[in-house]
Amino acid sequence: MGQESFKWFPLLVVSLFHTSVRCSSVEQKIYVELNSTVPCVRLLNATHQIGCQSSISGDTGVLHVLETEADLDWILSTGPHPPYMVVMEAAFFTRSTMVKMKNSSRVAGVAVIKSNTGPTEGFSPHTSCPNQNTGVYTEHYGPELANCNNTVWNPLGNGLSYEDFAFPIFSLKDDNQTQVIRKCYEDHNMRMNGSAPQYPLCAMQLFSHMHAVTDTVTCMRRTDLQNSFSINPEKLCDPLSDFNVWTSIRPLNNSIKGHKENESVVIAAARLDGRSFFWDIAPSAEGTVSSIVTLLAAAQALYPVALEAPPQRNIFFTFFQGEAFDYIGSSRMVYDMENSKFVIDLDNVHSLLEIGQIGLRNGQSLWMHSDPVSRKNTTVNKQVANLVANIKSVASSLNLSLNEPSATQALPPSSFQRFLRVRPVPGLVLADHQASFTNRYYESLYDTATYLNVTYPSDLSPEQQLEYETEAAKSLTQVATLVARSIYKQAGGEDRFLNNITADTKTVAKLLYGFLIMSNNSWFSSLLPPEALGRGSILESSPPQYYIGLRLDNTVKSVTRFVQFILANMTGTVTKLNQSQCQNPKDVPGESKDLYSYSWVSGPVSVNGTTDPYCVRSSVHLSKALSPAFELTDYGSREYSTWTESRWKTIRARIFLVASPQLEMMTLGVGVAVLLVSLVVTYFISSKAELLFSATREPPNTTY
Amino acid sequence: MTAAVFFGCAFIAFGPAFALFIFTIARDPLRVIIFIAGAFFWLLSLLLSSLVWFIAMKASNAEDTKVQKGLLIFGVMFSVLIQEVFRFAYYRLLRKANEGLAAISDEETSPISVRQMAYVAGLGFGIISGAFSMINILSDSLGPGTVGIFGDSQYYFITSALMTLAITLLHTFWGVVFFEGCEKSRWWVIAVVVCLHLLVSGLSLLNPLYEGSLPPVYAVTVLMAVWAFFSSGGSLHNLSLLFTSKRSEVESS
Repeated sequence: MGQESFKWFPLLVVSLFHTSVRCSSVEQKIYVELNSTVPCVRLLNATHQIGCQSSISGDTGVLHVLETEADLDWILSTGPHPPYMVVMEAAFFTRSTMVKMKNSSRVAGVAVIKSNTGPTEGFSPHTSCPNQNTGVYTEHYGPELANCNNTVWNPLGNGLSYEDFAFPIFSLKDDNQTQVIRKCYEDHNMRMNGSAPQYPLCAMQLFSHMHAVTDTVTCMRRTDLQNSFSINPEKLCDPLSDFNVWTSIRPLNNSIKGHKENESVVIAAARLDGRSFFWDIAPSAEGTVSSIVTLLAAAQALYPVALEAPPQRNIFFTFFQGEAFDYIGSSRMVYDMENSKFVIDLDNVHSLLEIGQIGLRNGQSLWMHSDPVSRKNTTVNKQVANLVANIKSVASSLNLSLNEPSATQALPPSSFQRFLRVRPVPGLVLADHQASFTNRYYESLYDTATYLNVTYPSDLSPEQQLEYETEAAKSLTQVATLVARSIYKQAGGEDRFLNNITADTKTVAKLLYGFLIMSNNSWFSSLLPPEALGRGSILESSPPQYYIGLRLDNTVKSVTRFVQFILANMTGTVTKLNQSQCQNPKDVPGESKDLYSYSWVSGPVSVNGTTDPYCVRSSVHLSKALSPAFELTDYGSREYSTWTESRWKTIRARIFLVASPQLEMMTLGVGVAVLLVSLVVTYFISSKAELLFSATREPPNTTY
Repeated sequence: MTAAVFFGCAFIAFGPAFALFIFTIARDPLRVIIFIAGAFFWLLSLLLSSLVWFIAMKASNAEDTKVQKGLLIFGVMFSVLIQEVFRFAYYRLLRKANEGLAAISDEETSPISVRQMAYVAGLGFGIISGAFSMINILSDSLGPGTVGIFGDSQYYFITSALMTLAITLLHTFWGVVFFEGCEKSRWWVIAVVVCLHLLVSGLSLLNPLYEGSLPPVYAVTVLMAVWAFFSSGGSLHNLSLLFTSKRSEVESS
């Protein structure tokens, strides 16, 4: 509070000396604010809190750069200036180091300098058994397969992302500012021949105070209490939520929910999200982007043929959001299907094909995973075998190696498991791993474009890179063709049309570029509505991040919007509607908002720099991806995802020098001495003032 | 821990001013009024000089460092001159007020002498200018950081506090000498006060050599203290009288 009371004064001075303060205020002489930092934040589920937080006024510690084992020893036991703020290269960010620091009271916080390439032995801060408790395998359903007993899917997973740290952990982008930090460290904190450095020392302060504690149950209860009693309620946490994207080959009437007569759909699914240790850093190249790109390319390849020669069954493409956090998107869609709140219900589902992780480096083969428990039922087994046969027959013509893992192996973590939880839907998960993941950087910040081998020759301009067909693009195109043809065949399409279905390498290349390198490219901007561009554009000159996050005012995450509009452009038709008709097509004869969605799209930039927007009619829709637990207000649910993200006010990092305690005490001592001396002297002089300043030159007061 | 720096600096900067206020001003309502009015006059001078500064900054090119440096020197000098003009204006006002006070007083002379007024007004100037130069720095001294990451002196806070202390005392002494000069129509005294004020303010342009400007400023302070002592009626004789009387008191007790 002491600081607060002085805040108005500098403000006054600032307003008076507006310009002089601008260039050299005292604060700027003390602190270097670190921009481009990303914190690790607190997330909560029904039983735990994970992540990190600082105290409310920030955590301060003497800076120490962790470079050798000796440094770790210095930090944890011998260094004379605890607590320490540890700055480390990403290579040191391992479980053993972090656990040691977690158990030490001498660590005030950690800043990790981001690196672009991961350790060769692999690194995954996720658990070794992703979504362990919300998949299909429990003690009631394939108990021998529950808890990854049968296959450990992510053996490199060290579970760091699911630890609870009592100190802040930030990620720093490796740029000029890390050089400033290093310089400050080398100038002030470096040990000379093993002896302790002298004051003043370089220190760092991290602010990431989290409002929520304990678990979702507690924090939602507190939020609800505030909502009902406080005039100015403050939320403590928000459920992770966003939107699923879905479309179908034959439009479905979105206003009528529940079972659709004479409708049988083949679902093709992929996931939309990933995560890493830090908030909103989730490149998820192999983990997520590979499957998004494959499914989008497959949809594009399939669509013209499906219009010309419609297959017997409908094909339903869906992208699930929030799957990294206990299957938020798929559990919600299945819940809605069960409760007749979705456009189709589970009876309409014929079969399901999910695209898992597809890295396909060095011509690995693809694997078709199925659920051994539901296949014990002969009818289901027959349908699954039929699906396998369909895919295999397609693959044989495509020069792709395709296999089935052993019949007793469990299904890998996938959205499909949420369907199996309620019904033995026949289905497959297509992935690049036979047993445990081949992805060495699963749900980590190293799962980048480089890891997926999406790299470009250095002499290309961004526009040329967008068009450049990388090897990864070529192999994913093959998979997309396989997926498109398989789905078409599975939906009852005739074999003679199969050869017309071919995914476009150029499209895959452009998708990979947009989803992995830079979303701000000419192709993406031509597919998005004009209001999504320009000021406050959702396009960025960096790769999109795939952490689901939360939606404060019903906005849609940028990645979801990309998928929505790309899918709309790929599967939709251009209409002659003008902008107002496009936004409100209800009054236009022959158009239906229930069957279709209409998007006003920018269109490509012409030679003279203008765009010609047009209206696209498609059947792409969004559906809410908010866990049913929050719909049911069952915050302690064991069935559904209960992940929430804590609220916070400040995320900040700065470095500065700290003075020695001796200097501080000396200042105080001098101050007290000055005060006391001046009190005594003034008292003495004022009591003797008549004598001292005897008005010799002034006439004495003689009037009576 | 940095609360220690905060209190240390606050005591250094405002301790003597506080003591002076408590023992010499606070008991007399008339002095309090003159004190506050003095502070107000200084604020008016600040308002005026900052207006000019603001306009100059807006009108000039912010990129041109040479012009900016020149403007800074100009701003300092201009501000000093404005302050001294306001000190003179305040003197004129107090003279007028003194006549009025004498008229309404039961006795025929004013209840407060011009010298006393000079001291009180000077302290008013000093405390408010000290507050304005120090409070910004005090709020930053709360920490957790200290100055120095860009190679500045780590004694920044304590030197700033000492500088503020000197400025506060200097304003008091200048006030005494200045009023005396006006009273006796010795214009060279006023000229010397203005020149010393210009010198002291100009020394701050030596920054970031914070320690460098302290010794000359304190030399000027001591000089002004002696001068103010004599111009307000002190003399060596009085000093010796003080010590002898003290000794006689000690002996008699």
